[in-house]
Amino acid sequence: MIRRWGVARKLRASGGSAVILGLFAACAVLAPVIAPFDPTHISVTDRLSPPALSGPNVMGTDHLGRDIASRMLHGARISIGVGAAVVVLSCAIGVMLGLLGGYLGRAGDALMRVVDGMLAFPELILALALIAALGSSIKNVIIALTFVFVPRVARSIHANVLSMRSREFVMAAVAMGCSRFQIAVRHLLPQALGLISVQATFIFAHAVISEASLTFLGVGLPPGSASWGAILSDGRDHLLDAPWITTIPGLAILILVLCLNILGDNLRDGFDPRAGNPRLGRARRPK
Amino acid sequence: MRAYLFRRLFGTLLTLFIVVTLVFVITNVIPGSPAALILGEDRTLEQVRDLDRELGLDRPLPLRFAVWLAGVLTGDLGTSYFSGAKVSEVILQRLEPTLILTATSAILAVGLGVSLGVLAALFRGGAFDIGARITALTAAAMPNFWLGLLLILLLSLYWRLLPAAGYVSFFENPGDAWRYIILPSITLGASHAGIVSRVARANLLEEFGADYLRTARAKGLSPWSVVTRHALRNSLVSTLGVVGVTLALLIGGSVVTETVFAVPGIGRLLVESVLRRDFPMIQGTILVIALLVALVNFLVDGAYALIDPRIRYD
Repeated sequence: MIRRWGVARKLRASGGSAVILGLFAACAVLAPVIAPFDPTHISVTDRLSPPALSGPNVMGTDHLGRDIASRMLHGARISIGVGAAVVVLSCAIGVMLGLLGGYLGRAGDALMRVVDGMLAFPELILALALIAALGSSIKNVIIALTFVFVPRVARSIHANVLSMRSREFVMAAVAMGCSRFQIAVRHLLPQALGLISVQATFIFAHAVISEASLTFLGVGLPPGSASWGAILSDGRDHLLDAPWITTIPGLAILILVLCLNILGDNLRDGFDPRAGNPRLGRARRPK
Repeated sequence: MRAYLFRRLFGTLLTLFIVVTLVFVITNVIPGSPAALILGEDRTLEQVRDLDRELGLDRPLPLRFAVWLAGVLTGDLGTSYFSGAKVSEVILQRLEPTLILTATSAILAVGLGVSLGVLAALFRGGAFDIGARITALTAAAMPNFWLGLLLILLLSLYWRLLPAAGYVSFFENPGDAWRYIILPSITLGASHAGIVSRVARANLLEEFGADYLRTARAKGLSPWSVVTRHALRNSLVSTLGVVGVTLALLIGGSVVTETVFAVPGIGRLLVESVLRRDFPMIQGTILVIALLVALVNFLVDGAYALIDPRIRYD
């Protein structure tokens, strides 16, 4: 009960970030309705016009005269959509692997060894290797990033399962004749939901930055698509004469990731009341 | 101590093997052959088959892996599909900028991060603490390629203080080299400085609650020596863990930073190779990056054991 209160209080503390995240999501969903222009409409006569609140292009135009506000709105669909897809897929697969790892004995240990190997490796590099093999497309970026983030989820779920396995309620379930599957899904999984939600926010943030980075490097989404990373990348050649092209998507990514991080921090503190409150003293990490 | 290091070394080698196998499998078990990818849309089946044979791709996968692994162990990483050059030689040529960039960013991230974090913990709740936390949060959320572009825009294009791109070797022209490395190091190091400072702050605050600190205060030590000789030393041991992770991430992050600043390092080489579908080069670059990451992790583990005896007697 006390724990639930902690979560509720912390969630209220991050109300501001939640509202901003909601606004971003609304932009993504409503983009086709509220975008003033077609994001791919080229109008060379209007190229590189600066942002003007009174003009037709509130956020200015890019080197092909495309309206940046419209591209940003449609870009929100791609950037947030890719992030959401990666979160859902990597959490689903990661939770499965983590539970398996905790309940398969030897095979589970071997599985976690592979997971550890992948964890020790920089995310972006692994994603690059996958994209090299699969080719550039939204689907492949989602596959690559999911592959990269699965080990994170699997590792923390596995640790959670190991610490829960010897608790009384699990032993009681074993004594009552529950199958391994029932214990994993009905008893261990609900205990890990808080942990999963914390992981999900951080993975969301990382996925948004990673997609933008891959697209910026020219290997993520195909050229011409309107993701935030793509707009930023388009603006590179016009840094001095049209700084707004890079500034606007950069700011959008920064705000989105900042809000996700704040939400994630608060969720974590809420689920673990000792973390983030030095007066209570934190449990020392066992080493 | 020695047994601990041997165990860690074995673990490191195992991890390395897993990563290398994984990368080989990923870049080889793909829908369609690399030959088809290299030849592009207007290929005929015969062309693909010929190129497959030329590149040795018609042999079974386990055999190819064995041949490649044997090559790796003798220092031969194969030849590039694109230029025909030896992969190992190309990588060696481009290693220096990456190593220098990673080292300077690490110094920046750890130096700035730890000092900000410690100061924030000492003045907890004050204006400095709040300012440092906001800066750290923002830095950690900033896409580093965007930060790089902003720095280029301000410091190179508007104020013309530093060069916008390129690299000059420290061994050839040390007087000029530092000017080229400043912006990339800030770009790569800033977000990690943010993360390190948050961890350093949390760790120091955690020590403030410990019993031994109350004892130190009770026996009349000055606040200064309580902090520097007791709390800080212990808190830095736990901070070392995050420094290891940071170093590994910096090596990975150099891919983006090198692209922004046109630094000819192995990160840039990897991106170029991915764009060209130069698979031997991709495998070689990733192998070297994996090796660097593994080495860093091993060294940090060793340093950990050296500083904190609790670990090596576990």
